[in-house]
Amino acid sequence: MSTNNIETLKSNVNKLFYFKRAWAFGIPIAILAYFTYVFISFDILGLSERGSLKNAKSLVGDMYSHKVHVTRDNRKGDISISIEGEKKGRYPSGEAPEWIELGSTSKINLGNGHLIYFGEKDVVYEVPNYGRIWAEPGLGGVEAEYPNGPLPEWINQSKNRVTITTEAGRLTITRNRTEVFRYFYGWELFFFTLDSQYHGKSISELTSLAFNGELPKIMRDFWYNKMWRHSDVAWAIGETILMAFLGTFGAALVAFPLAFLAAKNITPLAPVRFFFRRIFDFTRGLDHLLWTIILARAFGPGPLTGALAMVVTDTGTFGKLFSEAIENVDKKQIDGVQSTGARNIQRYRFGVIPQITPVLLSQILYYFESNIRGATVIGAMVGGGIGLMLTQAIITQSNWEEVTYYIILIILLVTATDWLSGKLRQRLIKGSLNN
Amino acid sequence: MSEITSTQKYEAEYFELIKKRRTYSAILLGVFIVLMISGFNVVDDRNAGSFWAGITSIFDFPREVILEASEKIEKIPGLFVKFFPSLIETINIAAAATLAASIFAIFLSMLATQGMAKWPRLIPVFRRILDIMRAIPDFVIALILIFILGGGPVPAMIAITFHTSGALGKLFSEVNENASLQPLDGLSSVGASWMQKMLLGILPQVSPNYFSYALLRFEINIRISAILGFVGAGGIGYDLKNAISWGKGRYDEAGAIFILLFVTIVIVDQLSGIFRDRLTHGKKSEGLL
Repeated sequence: MSTNNIETLKSNVNKLFYFKRAWAFGIPIAILAYFTYVFISFDILGLSERGSLKNAKSLVGDMYSHKVHVTRDNRKGDISISIEGEKKGRYPSGEAPEWIELGSTSKINLGNGHLIYFGEKDVVYEVPNYGRIWAEPGLGGVEAEYPNGPLPEWINQSKNRVTITTEAGRLTITRNRTEVFRYFYGWELFFFTLDSQYHGKSISELTSLAFNGELPKIMRDFWYNKMWRHSDVAWAIGETILMAFLGTFGAALVAFPLAFLAAKNITPLAPVRFFFRRIFDFTRGLDHLLWTIILARAFGPGPLTGALAMVVTDTGTFGKLFSEAIENVDKKQIDGVQSTGARNIQRYRFGVIPQITPVLLSQILYYFESNIRGATVIGAMVGGGIGLMLTQAIITQSNWEEVTYYIILIILLVTATDWLSGKLRQRLIKGSLNN
Repeated sequence: MSEITSTQKYEAEYFELIKKRRTYSAILLGVFIVLMISGFNVVDDRNAGSFWAGITSIFDFPREVILEASEKIEKIPGLFVKFFPSLIETINIAAAATLAASIFAIFLSMLATQGMAKWPRLIPVFRRILDIMRAIPDFVIALILIFILGGGPVPAMIAITFHTSGALGKLFSEVNENASLQPLDGLSSVGASWMQKMLLGILPQVSPNYFSYALLRFEINIRISAILGFVGAGGIGYDLKNAISWGKGRYDEAGAIFILLFVTIVIVDQLSGIFRDRLTHGKKSEGLL
């Protein structure tokens, strides 16, 4: 009898082990098979054709450095110097940073011994450890002379264009113009643009100026920086927060009374409950994306549409969560309030609401936090807040330093709200325990 | 006599307190109302159309879509078939991303949990990594990757994987904190490596919770993957954007996509709800894995 027992036990254990082994091998194999399928169906091998390493390089380079363009119009002969080639970052004509000497022959010092001379029409580039390159654009294209020997691969020569890329910068010569790029670390003109009198001043100089009563002017030049638009960015961040605020609390206000109608212990009528619950399910299920599309048709693009899309979806979520919270209240407190002769409304006010407030507030805060994140995405779709500025910067495909700046701001914003709402929720939960 | 005065004193103090509390609540409520109203006005000003003008026409667009779709009702099944591959792509983006992210998140969360980490000194570093991964919105990564990698599902997949790894990593590390560390001692006494300890000592304890969180995330990721399609990655979101921008005459397509998307979201929500319910309550008979 007991041997029989042991036998069955043994076979059971064996079976269990067999299953476990099958699972242990089966799951990784299934995952692998799925990834293989995805690999093929997403055409990951074709990525090397579609992707562009050049874009990646320019993106990463732009994130931590900027370049100064020195451009000569080969027809008119005038030289313009601008930061990132933008109009807003152009030096006034006749002015130049200290590494450029303007004159009949302009000398451009790229550092580390790299020197470029702009002559009447021709260009000379002295590359250390290589030699002198001479080039002149003409009607028939670009003529160039190099030191003896085979052309190195960093020189790209064709009939109409010569491109020389060294570690110090880049020189491009075409028939129409000759252009030099010099790269610098950091973001350009982040604090002051070139037309501000405070550009290029050190921190100590600025502090002493600030104490001499120029603080408002300094702040204004910084705040209305044309390139980085600090005031617009601050406004956009504010708009994003506002969208999340209105969306979350608006939804809470709408959902709060409806939740009572969907709670079993408050509304005895099953059809009413059913009706409101299905409404909650519907608004939740239709998703931000679809609501945004529908609402954008009625209200046009803008932050209001974004806030309303959040109101609608979160009404569903809050309605469900709130009605569950209401169903979980302690009946004794309601009875207690009722025993003092309270009417219906008073019973809710003093018996139900004090019990659910901490729970509700903590849920609302949690959603506020996630809506801040969501507001950047919705902003990108409906055109409002920092999401809009971010997409605009990405669409230019060149202002990656701005993109980086906005991303850093978004990360800071999200982390700050996470932290703040975490603190508040902790206090709410503690407070409700103390009561 | 003195007792009465002290009771009166307490009573007075109590009412004082209540009064104070009521004033504070009233002030808070006032500030809240002012914020809501002024905030609403600001947003209303900045919007292309105003709230009161739009509220009356809120159902115009859905009505147009429904009308046009019902006129061409016979075409709808064909359109379902036509857009089904895109839907599959959207679901695949979400599924592959969730799966990959779960695997990353398992490792990251273990490296960020006291008592499990392979390098205990680096716990704060891994925590910060998780925070940053969570904080970067997925659509930002997607847009940047579209620039580098070109359009298609891959940028969306990478973006969702990145963000989800952070989000799940945090949830997983909370689960890890509640796991018993005793199996680890047993396993170390027989000379198990870190990998073996995690796989055999921790994973069996936490896998139901992991699975339930991953499912929840899958639901969210389907929605996100549709949104990312709208922004430029592939999938059904992209088709929806096209169908809508064509305007009238193509609303039957928009309607079909609306239905597909809605039904998918509801089905996935329901299925994952059932699964999660099973994982957390009852039906523990399979203690496998």
